[in-house]
Amino acid sequence: MAAPLVLVLVVAVTVRAALFRSSLAEFISERVEVVSPLSSWKRVVEGLSLLDLGVSPYSGAVFHETPLIIYLFHFLIDYAELVFMITDALTAIALYFAIQDFNKVVFKKQKLLLELDQYAPDVAELIRTPMEMRYIPLKVALFYLLNPYTILSCVAKSTCAINNTLIAFFILTTIKGSAFLSAIFLALATYQSLYPLTLFVPGLLYLLQTRHINPNSAAAVHTCENEEQSLLDLFLGVCHDVCGKPSGNHLPLLLPSQLLGFHPRSLWLYINVFFYTIPLAIKLKEHPIFFMFIQIAVIAIFKSYPTVGDVALYMAFFPVWNHLYRFLRNIFVLTCIIIVCSLLFPVLWHLWIYAGSANSNFFYAITLTFNVGQILLISDYFYAFLRREYYLTHGLYLTAKDGTEAMLVLK
Amino acid sequence: MGLLSDPVRRRALARLVLRLNAPLCVLSYVAGIAWFLALVFPPLTQRTYMSENAMGSTMVEEQFAGGDRARAFARDFAAHRKKSGALPVAWLERTMRSVGLEVYTQSFSRKLPFPDETHERYMVSGTNVYGILRAPRAASTESLVLTVPCGSDSTNSQAVGLLLALAAHFRGQIYWAKDIVFLVTEHDLLGTEAWLEAYHDVNVTGMQSSPLQGRAGAIQAAVALELSSDVVTSLDVAVEGLNGQLPNLDLLNLFQTFCQKGGLLCTLQGKLQPEDWTSLDGPLQGLQTLLLMVLRQASGRPHGSHGLFLRYRVEALTLRGINSFRQYKYDLVAVGKALEGMFRKLNHLLERLHQSFFLYLLPGLSRFVSIGLYMPAVGFLLLGVGLASLVAPLLISQAMGLALYVLPVLGQHVATQHFPVAEAEAVVLTLLAIYAAGLALPHNTHRVVSTQAPDRGWMALKLVALIYLALQLGCIALTNFSLGFLLATTMVPTAALAKPHGPRTLYAALLVLTSPAATLLGSLFLWRELQEAPLSLAEGWQLFLAALAQGVLEHHTYGALLFPLLSLGLYPCWLLFWNVLFWK
Repeated sequence: MAAPLVLVLVVAVTVRAALFRSSLAEFISERVEVVSPLSSWKRVVEGLSLLDLGVSPYSGAVFHETPLIIYLFHFLIDYAELVFMITDALTAIALYFAIQDFNKVVFKKQKLLLELDQYAPDVAELIRTPMEMRYIPLKVALFYLLNPYTILSCVAKSTCAINNTLIAFFILTTIKGSAFLSAIFLALATYQSLYPLTLFVPGLLYLLQTRHINPNSAAAVHTCENEEQSLLDLFLGVCHDVCGKPSGNHLPLLLPSQLLGFHPRSLWLYINVFFYTIPLAIKLKEHPIFFMFIQIAVIAIFKSYPTVGDVALYMAFFPVWNHLYRFLRNIFVLTCIIIVCSLLFPVLWHLWIYAGSANSNFFYAITLTFNVGQILLISDYFYAFLRREYYLTHGLYLTAKDGTEAMLVLK
Repeated sequence: MGLLSDPVRRRALARLVLRLNAPLCVLSYVAGIAWFLALVFPPLTQRTYMSENAMGSTMVEEQFAGGDRARAFARDFAAHRKKSGALPVAWLERTMRSVGLEVYTQSFSRKLPFPDETHERYMVSGTNVYGILRAPRAASTESLVLTVPCGSDSTNSQAVGLLLALAAHFRGQIYWAKDIVFLVTEHDLLGTEAWLEAYHDVNVTGMQSSPLQGRAGAIQAAVALELSSDVVTSLDVAVEGLNGQLPNLDLLNLFQTFCQKGGLLCTLQGKLQPEDWTSLDGPLQGLQTLLLMVLRQASGRPHGSHGLFLRYRVEALTLRGINSFRQYKYDLVAVGKALEGMFRKLNHLLERLHQSFFLYLLPGLSRFVSIGLYMPAVGFLLLGVGLASLVAPLLISQAMGLALYVLPVLGQHVATQHFPVAEAEAVVLTLLAIYAAGLALPHNTHRVVSTQAPDRGWMALKLVALIYLALQLGCIALTNFSLGFLLATTMVPTAALAKPHGPRTLYAALLVLTSPAATLLGSLFLWRELQEAPLSLAEGWQLFLAALAQGVLEHHTYGALLFPLLSLGLYPCWLLFWNVLFWK
């Protein structure tokens, strides 16, 4: 399977290199949908030049990145394009190997449940076979690398790509079962933007469940949990202490409240991301990777400055759930909504800023519609997932008491 | 969410829509056309009115009396220009300085992608001359521009004379709160583009120009003047700009107010406006004016140097003096007084013009239709489209579109080596050749597409093509209504009808007749018909070829969007329908 992956990587790198050299690069790097004040490359360059002049990069409220990004690009500023192409490639490779292992786990679990007779008798067409799952890792890598959203983020040199890489490595190390490495990557991702903290819960659930399959004592389970927790705290603290004092000033904790001066009422909108973690954990405790997918999507929708790079990360997971396709109900309408909104973004921006005729309401209406489309999309996937689980345990061809075909209604 | 999650209601709604699909499509298409035609009648069309309070009252008393001086300047300019063959830069500098302005020049040069046959130029280089009248008591933060474009075919000498006389008159007044820039450009629109790009410090079109030495603040409004005779019978106004952008309606209202005040006849598209809108004659002439405006806006060409100012959010108009066979003639003093009045009112502005409409259609000079009233027309047309594996045809069609966009200009040198044609002809012929080659595609794409589910295949392709068409037309209509409406009128019915079964030759003929190139050809004939100068077939074809060359050239020199939209957007979409029609 290495050869197709290498081919996909080569094609992706070529497309990105071609776009970097074209005149579109300037235009894309200024688009509001692709870069946000938290991830814009121009601001990274601004922070680096402030650092070179001996001034704190955080004075002036322009630079909102972490010190680790400064140190990374201090040495790599001349190879910036290469760095971003490599991060995209690394994300794709991490997702490839993660999904490869995940498929093995899924198949093992399915076999176990079949042997334990947990499934209803007539669900043969819902059972997944290794043959159909063979190309899924390649499709995941393909979906991520050749997604127009990812390409735009890479060409714009948005640091969201680095966040995606860290989350992808977190997923890889979690699925491989290494608590220490997954804690490191989660700490790094949380350090950059606070939201990946919510991925701690599905990661922990997954690690506990895999260790449960390989027999271990209850004490080991508890130590694993504590180990993760303390590693996370330790790492966050270390990051702050070591990197936090570039010029003697105390580094402020990078929360939206202090840096961007938001209104206290909008605190609820940012906390929205954290609200969904507990209900999802209760409902999806048997399926932590699906939980992780939904959580990443929730982060992409509800974070304070969403960009298309965040959307690209959870879109990469669609091939993993393509067995749910037959249960998705609104996929056509939702695909149309997302494509139409993506096309209308630049048109309404042009009308507002250049033609002087529309106003910000038009543009923000489209961002709201885009978010509504995304919410409906992930709730559709959630519904399809639950429906398949229901059919697996209760049988596919359900009949009502009088023998006619029964209809499932979600209450 | 009830509709999306309740299966019973979804099924009922789907059945209803499927049953009424064809009648609904036809009805919505007819409703769209009918709504458009109804735009000229009184409830949908309103009288124009001045929205900006700062320009409300007309208590300005014009005192311009420099008619003789203007004529003298004009004769001098014409003589010097004839002697030197190009713009007499030294004379202009001397005269502007003697009038009392701060004079600067700017040189520019540009190599066009292929020779321009209509204006007979290829390597263009010239000099712009401009003089700034500094406002005596203000801080030079805002300015107004009076520009005269001088080309090799339109010398505009009386306009230059009037500009200089007005400058002399304005210099003696103390009430100016904004700087006034008097700009004379060479090679008309190319010089204006060079000046604007250098003024705003951008480089959008690849023009090489020297940087400007003197600036005058943010430009609030601009007036372009074209006068080629000592006396005029009427002043004509042009509003359509690059890519169909229009100036704020208040500027047009201002022009009309001052023409009425001075008793000067003002015309739109060269015709006097009907006074009586209650009987049928007024609306019918209004329909002719409306259709002409739609065609001009859809072409995306800047109809005058004002069109290039609009891109920088500077409201601008072009005023042309017409000398026809009417008996009563106005001299330069009358035109000068109208301009003086306009500039004095613009001087009163506190903010940029923003109160009145930016998107409108004009059935007449004193009547307009706002966007809220004309948008439903295109909405109805596109409703029909939204209501009725694929990757290979999509990729191939898009690749043909890309070839249509890139190859003609790139391949012109190869073509001229092998065929005895000039470069401009080579570009046009390559365009037509690639366009026609697309018609042969379906026979080749079938070898690539698998035929395992033949019936569902064409339906899915048609679905994707319809959505693609609706999306593109919707986006185009938002930015340039006229182009969107025109293309929707022609492409929507045949796109909806395309299917492999049924009278294939009839559908094929209909589809070819409504393809983007045929629409362009048809609209050229319609345009000349509306201007009461109908074309014969041969003339029409020649005009079509010239229009194709101009379209490509304008895309490269000014950034006009008609050529890329048609070649990269609508032509691949049309090819998809062609593929659907010839599905085996």
